[in-house]
Amino acid sequence: MALDASFVGRTWPPRTYRVGAEKVREFARAVGATDPVHTDAEAARAAGHDDVVAPPTFPVVFTWEATREVVDDPELGLDFTRVVHRDQAFELHRPVVAGDVLTTVVSVAEIKELAGNDVVTFRCDVTDPDGGPVLVSTATLVGRAGEDA
Amino acid sequence: MSLPAVAVGDALDGHEVTLTRADLVRYAGASGDLNPIHWSERTATAVGLPGVIAHGMLTMALAAQFVADWAGDPAAVRSFSTRFTRPVVVPDDDAGATVTLGATVKAVDDDGAVTLGVTALGPDGRAVLGKAVAVVRAR
Repeated sequence: MALDASFVGRTWPPRTYRVGAEKVREFARAVGATDPVHTDAEAARAAGHDDVVAPPTFPVVFTWEATREVVDDPELGLDFTRVVHRDQAFELHRPVVAGDVLTTVVSVAEIKELAGNDVVTFRCDVTDPDGGPVLVSTATLVGRAGEDA
Repeated sequence: MSLPAVAVGDALDGHEVTLTRADLVRYAGASGDLNPIHWSERTATAVGLPGVIAHGMLTMALAAQFVADWAGDPAAVRSFSTRFTRPVVVPDDDAGATVTLGATVKAVDDDGAVTLGVTALGPDGRAVLGKAVAVVRAR
């Protein structure tokens, strides 16, 4: 099933996420990030950060949730149960730290069809309360064609 | 803080990480990705997978961690992109599945940024990440 190409460039309403120190610690433990800047606020401050530092891929915690909401938009027409995550990229303008209040805007960057499968690239622009860029997360998902496609 | 001195073509020392089912459950909780293909054999096999597989984002996180450890500063990792080429099947035993991480230096810029081509091999020695590139710059 071909997706509606007019979705390219469309954005969804912004979502806000408050980065908590315990979530950063939990994520750091789960990915084997043992540097004390992830868990000890004093160590983080000694390294020049305001609070504990999130590992580089931590933003997936809130960008995936925001993207998922868009994937589930029935107008887009992706079937999440058939979706495969093909590519992921993070461009980090600065590290994410506990206490950050981050706003994510999801947009559709590209829609393609490859061998009958829908290939959609979602872009998440993440900013701080002043509108300054914090990071860009890009995820390319493939909606596998069904048996009857 | 400065990065270790490297030149284009240098290979970084590799590193092995072992993943067990407990690691997948821990990452599911930490990331909020509760897709059952990462913890339920029944669901994984029902959708045609050989068994429970690791989250691609967990493999990516381990690779990013490998880069951060080399840099000596997690905040030095400025970008990381990858393709998920093959799943890492994690058996329901104590041995788990081993992912072997490595990297080669692709570019060293005048401003000190180092571009690394990162490799991640599954237990069978085949790549589980493709086109994985990290850019690292000292703060």
